[in-house]
Amino acid sequence: MSMDSLITVENLYRYYGELCAVHDLCFEVRRGEVLGFLGPNGAGKSTTMRMIGGNLAPSAGRVLINGIDILDQPMLAKAELGYLPETPPLYRDLTVDEYLVYCARINRIPRAQQRAAIDSAKERCGLTEVGRRLIANLSKGYQQRVGIAQAIIHSPLVVLLDEPTVGLDPIQIREIRSLIRDVANEHSVVLSTHILPEVQSVCDRVQIINRGRLVLNESIEQMREKLQATTLLVALRVMPSMGELESIEGVQHAEVTEDGRVRIRFDAGDDPSDMIVEQAVANGWGLHELTPERTTLEQVFVDITSSDVHAQGESGNEVGSEGEAA
Amino acid sequence: MIFTIAGRELRGLFLSPLAWSILAVVQLILAYMFLAQVDFFVQLQPRLPTIPGAPGITEIVAVPLLSNAAMILLLVVPLITMRLISDERRNQTLPLLFAAPISMSAIVLGKFVGVMIFLLIMLLMILLMPLALLLGSSLDFGVLAAATLGLFLLLASFAALGLFMSSLTAQPTIAAVSTFGVLLLLWIVDWAGSNADAGQGSNALAYLSILRHYEALLKGVFNSADVIYYLLFITVFLVLSIRRLDAERTQN
Repeated sequence: MSMDSLITVENLYRYYGELCAVHDLCFEVRRGEVLGFLGPNGAGKSTTMRMIGGNLAPSAGRVLINGIDILDQPMLAKAELGYLPETPPLYRDLTVDEYLVYCARINRIPRAQQRAAIDSAKERCGLTEVGRRLIANLSKGYQQRVGIAQAIIHSPLVVLLDEPTVGLDPIQIREIRSLIRDVANEHSVVLSTHILPEVQSVCDRVQIINRGRLVLNESIEQMREKLQATTLLVALRVMPSMGELESIEGVQHAEVTEDGRVRIRFDAGDDPSDMIVEQAVANGWGLHELTPERTTLEQVFVDITSSDVHAQGESGNEVGSEGEAA
Repeated sequence: MIFTIAGRELRGLFLSPLAWSILAVVQLILAYMFLAQVDFFVQLQPRLPTIPGAPGITEIVAVPLLSNAAMILLLVVPLITMRLISDERRNQTLPLLFAAPISMSAIVLGKFVGVMIFLLIMLLMILLMPLALLLGSSLDFGVLAAATLGLFLLLASFAALGLFMSSLTAQPTIAAVSTFGVLLLLWIVDWAGSNADAGQGSNALAYLSILRHYEALLKGVFNSADVIYYLLFITVFLVLSIRRLDAERTQN
């Protein structure tokens, strides 16, 4: 384990009765990194987050926060942990200020520093205006911000955010995202979500979990390479033969789609758009549309999770026996 | 840390109208009983000097008041303790406490202390009534102190049991009903053997009864066995609550 990994998850398992919610999960989060934890509903995201947050006991395996085992020394480990669960843990009968004072106290911030910690958390989460309002009367977006303020108030090394943008409007989502980026300057953040653009916009690394298993763990740069376009969609008024198109330099394959456009496949890094435009003008094909077809994270996600479903279906018996073994 | 949680609990109680209405209702009913008892004493007073070893005003007014208070608080304490943990579980605020660097014992003790402070306020208000008799009479402070200690220990036992029941469920009403059920059962458990002449079994049942130990203290008899019974009762249910909360997040 390197000194710089703030969260280390080793061979984590969690069974709910026979159901295996998390299966042999291993990963690390380094200092200053934002890890996007992706998965469809019921994949085990929240279960994993709860285990890292010390709210749920793993059936097997270890969780280290800054090198400290959260089961052996919970008090030490939790001092470096901020956790926003799926439902923000808010006392609705308190005002924002009262609530944050309570959070500062239970997180053992020295009395002299409490005022400053609360003010800075409020400022970072944009809560300065609503300090005296009852939490129950705040909008969902503001309640979510109070939840985040609660998680960062004691400047923990690790911040866990479980679906922090669920149920927010687009403007609020944008604000929360910039807040997350801001938090990541000083803390390591684990962000669980099933919203893909969120991962693309704020995360340094992506992990996809499906049926309790880690099926992908890549940095966002590696992801970007994967997501580079390798096809073009072209719409022409005068349809040339496919042979003519394929003879253009760089084009590997051309085919007509159902809606009458042409899909052109090419090698990565060898974009033939310029040549196609030149040819179209020279031959009077009447080019009026040319779009690179990007593989989206969504596609990768769907590919990975659905192919895994097939694999799971075939090895269904095996899963059953594992359940019994536990 | 315990007092931070206790303070939050107490604030929470007083922010809802529940605590205020409970204080008001209990005070009203007990005041009525107190006045009835004083009236009774005034009627009795002329005849008292003729009776050798006659009871004083403490025995006639204060002790029945505290005895009645125990009965009423048996009904009321479950209502105060029901929300302690179940409400946090229902509102999903427990992760806040679980993710903070606090031990389970601190959480449970904090909540217990919070409720106890509330019950102490109630106890003080009840005690003001017999103490008001000092204006025109003198009291047997020995008996009054023993009875007060008894009521305090009794309330603490109610609260410990209520806390445990609250830790078992996410529904405050279920916590209240089951606390009330168990308390009532412990109250009347000695009925079973009381008619049949003192067999071994009935002795054991009588010893279990939460009321028996209180009766001794009400008479002004300070028996350490009674006090230890209550202390054991409180400790057992506090430890069970801690174990219950711990079970949610530790490896088994």
